[in-house]
Amino acid sequence: MTTLAATPGQTVGPFYGYALPFEGGESLVDRSHPAAVRLYGRVFDGNGAPIPDALVEIWQADEQGRVPAAEGSLRRDGYTFTGFGRAAVDDNGMFSFTTVEPGSTREGALPFFSVIVFARGLPDRLYTRVYLPEAVDSIADDAFLSSLGERAATLIARRDARGDLVFDIHMQGDDETVFLEHRQKD
Amino acid sequence: MTDSNNPTPQTQGSAAQDAEETQEGPIRATDPLATTASQEQITAEIVEIETEYRNGVAAGKPVEERPRIDYPPYRSSLLRHPTKSLALADPETIELHSPAFGHRDVSWVESDLTIQHNGDPIGERMVVTGRLLDGDGRPVPGQLIEVWQANSAGRYVHKRDQHPAPLDPNFTGTGRTITDENGWYRFQTIKPGPYPWRNHTNAWRPAHIHFSVFGTAITQRIVTQMYFPSDPLFALDPIYQSIVDQDARDRLIATYDHSLTSPEWALGYRWDIVLNGSKRTWTEPEEGDH
Ligand SMILES: [Fe+2]
Repeated sequence: MTTLAATPGQTVGPFYGYALPFEGGESLVDRSHPAAVRLYGRVFDGNGAPIPDALVEIWQADEQGRVPAAEGSLRRDGYTFTGFGRAAVDDNGMFSFTTVEPGSTREGALPFFSVIVFARGLPDRLYTRVYLPEAVDSIADDAFLSSLGERAATLIARRDARGDLVFDIHMQGDDETVFLEHRQKD
Repeated sequence: MTDSNNPTPQTQGSAAQDAEETQEGPIRATDPLATTASQEQITAEIVEIETEYRNGVAAGKPVEERPRIDYPPYRSSLLRHPTKSLALADPETIELHSPAFGHRDVSWVESDLTIQHNGDPIGERMVVTGRLLDGDGRPVPGQLIEVWQANSAGRYVHKRDQHPAPLDPNFTGTGRTITDENGWYRFQTIKPGPYPWRNHTNAWRPAHIHFSVFGTAITQRIVTQMYFPSDPLFALDPIYQSIVDQDARDRLIATYDHSLTSPEWALGYRWDIVLNGSKRTWTEPEEGDH
């Protein structure tokens, strides 16, 4: 039973750009890593226009499904996988990470990237998940994805011709991305 | 949790589709149009929403602890907030953990925003300090806190901030720290100035410091803004007011604390940050390693 009320969030605003992004933030592994994959996409508003001032963070397990516990995301040493990435979008709303695909953190669980979206004009941060393309075949077996009906597709990355992962984020519209609220047990 | 996070799709519709053919007044306005609204108009919308909220709470509706995702007086939110309900999810293993940050990531000098250049920045030197706590009031050590802010004239070192106030060559306005073993953080800085923005005509933000905070679970992540006591701009600001509950938004206001003020040096402010939930509310599905 919690006793203190949580501090509310506020928009990240327009001026995070010189504060939050850091060198190497989008590179969880070097692109020469044998299992390196690119996770990229664009962030769109309700008119289908790219949002040029959004910030995307990812947090993930490593390829074996282990939860990283090592420090050093802000000053990467080039060897240690810390599982955290941060990327500001460009003027076309595009973000891009270089990482590895996460493994399952427990038997039978579908692996995913945990994603947080921030933007000017977004009053609070939003959580979503990026599942791997293979999840398409397992939607029925996954309690969460199957609870979403047709909208589950918005959480599954597409694989491009080079084998990289594409994940667009739609704040509104027919393809509106599913955003999450995590259940709290009390 | 609260209906602030569950705007009904029926009333909101898809702005992408509706923007062209329906003009329902300012609710549909996009950024460029929005600048034509007056402060009186924005204030009236703020008051109307809050009145409706208070009446709702009085009638038994839940208290809203978070900002409304759908808050029309903040015009740039119109096309940028989700219109469908958030999907309730049981946190998976990865979401019950968070990235580890430590002294490999942040050096102690980064918590002093007044020593990043050759000279002293202009403005009111101040210290802000407080504790990072979980919902049970227990300190949360070892977490990354990042801050950014305008200088004392209300100007950011950012290419998109073009308002005609001076930059300070001795002030960048960014800092980082890691909470200590008792959950404490502390920054020394300069009090930021209020600044204009283009939400509507003559829109000004109350002075604030942006905070970015991690907890032990990624679900506890907060990005927010800390304000100063008794700011006359509070009632006029649609960002601060996007938290419609007075008690909830008051949690963003630091307290002036004379015991933190040091003679002939700096004014002291206290601001505690409370993360949602606690580690104890979830049992790990497997042995956690951090
Ligand atoms: Fe700001």
